[in-house]
Amino acid sequence: MKTTELLVIGGGPAGLCAALSAAESGASVTVVERNNRLGGQLIKQTHMFFGSREQYASTRGIDIAKILEAELIKYSRQIEVLTDTAVLGLYEDGVVNALYKEEDYFKIKPKAIVAATGAYEKSLAFPNNDLPGIYGAGAVQTLMNVYGVKPGNNVLMVGAGNIGLIVSYQLMQAGVRVAAILDAAPKIGGYLVHASKIARMGVPILCSHTVKEAIGKDCLEKAVICMVDERFSPIPGTEKELEVDVMCISVGLTPLCELLAMRGCEMKYVPQLSGSVPVRNERYETTIENLFVAGDASGIEEASSAMVEGRLAGLCAAAKMGYKPADFDERFKGYAAQLKALRSGPVGEHILRGIEQIVSKEDRHV
Amino acid sequence: MFEQTGIPERDMIIEKFPPVERIDRGPVAIVECYKRIPCNPCETACRFNAIRVGEDINNIPVTDHEACTGCKVCISKCPGLAIMAVDGSKSKETVEISLPYEFLPLPQKGDQVSALDRAGNFVARVRVVSVLNPKSFDRTPVITIEADRKHMYDIRNIRTEEH
Repeated sequence: MKTTELLVIGGGPAGLCAALSAAESGASVTVVERNNRLGGQLIKQTHMFFGSREQYASTRGIDIAKILEAELIKYSRQIEVLTDTAVLGLYEDGVVNALYKEEDYFKIKPKAIVAATGAYEKSLAFPNNDLPGIYGAGAVQTLMNVYGVKPGNNVLMVGAGNIGLIVSYQLMQAGVRVAAILDAAPKIGGYLVHASKIARMGVPILCSHTVKEAIGKDCLEKAVICMVDERFSPIPGTEKELEVDVMCISVGLTPLCELLAMRGCEMKYVPQLSGSVPVRNERYETTIENLFVAGDASGIEEASSAMVEGRLAGLCAAAKMGYKPADFDERFKGYAAQLKALRSGPVGEHILRGIEQIVSKEDRHV
Repeated sequence: MFEQTGIPERDMIIEKFPPVERIDRGPVAIVECYKRIPCNPCETACRFNAIRVGEDINNIPVTDHEACTGCKVCISKCPGLAIMAVDGSKSKETVEISLPYEFLPLPQKGDQVSALDRAGNFVARVRVVSVLNPKSFDRTPVITIEADRKHMYDIRNIRTEEH
């Protein structure tokens, strides 16, 4: 059986930062990533990041992935990377079950784990929502920006959060027409600077609108949209048909933490964090000792915060194993201050309300 | 309406502009950031301390139009593409407007392009006077067009023939 000190599950922004932070403290780390390359969602994020310098603000996501990978190389004697490897189970005896290239099963026994498993896209229920041409917005972004595949010619974007707005902009950069962006909420959910970028391209953003149904024989041909009232009920008589061959569903993400639930972590459904998330302490350790969490798996937020959470979780996991650097307190406070700054505005209010519900002050593992 | 459409109202726009007297002295940045979000690269990018966000990175940037030299570096660094620049020093009839533009094909100096407003509506045909696209701008080119002064508060985008 393979052994390691720290196992990081997920090679996205949170996982890579956790691995780097733990290695910086002196721990040996194994990063397991199910895709064939590291970077998680960063590898399709051609836009510049928000935040401040510490979180690579103004740098494009695709380049942040390269920066983090270059940092990994600096620690190549301590950090081992296993791509094409999916973790399938975490067990009571501390053994982790993994699958390489969908063929070879193997076991890993780590001393500690950081689960940075990310999130998955939510869907939307309406008649014919399974017609070809209806995608998750994240899937379309992957098709375009990772594989260079144009998803279609005429898009209806459903959801005006940051992902919906950013993917719409990137579709237009790829030469695809965006017919409209709609959102059931009465206000645009994403950053208004992103919305303004779309608006000045002449694309209408329609709040208080939803999809009533999709129409098409073999694939999407038309979308019927309508207005909704303040209780999100369709208003009869407001239906409109749009001729589109692609519909992108961008109605939010949900934390991907089945592995944590399976291992028996205490979970809590927290709407502000967009789903079921593990209860944890301030050091990102779940109710299962030596099992840490970071990034979207602990609540949906921007990638900037995910990276800082990763740094924190990696620092704390290494310390728990005996790799407590002399400047631990300083580093801990520095990362905590970055998170506080990212969450101190109106955008962070609901995140903070969510985190209050999952961070237990009592220390069960001391 | 701004929070429903992403299109700022005219008074919001004018509030971000410096006085015409400043515009007539040379290029100056206009930071159209209207809502608190955690972001401060504009402050980091400015060598002249002309854009201040402050300790809380959620603050709305404040521009010191006197300290601004109109160098346009911030235009390429804003992740929200919220910064533009205007220069009224070249002529009494026209104004030069610099905009971030991340689409291909890039226009060339001397090209005629369509100027659009903040809702994407056509405003006028205008001439491209410069295209800045150095490596340091990291794939956010800055296009400068020459427009009639009466459109100074309207123009915020361009469309090339091909696009």
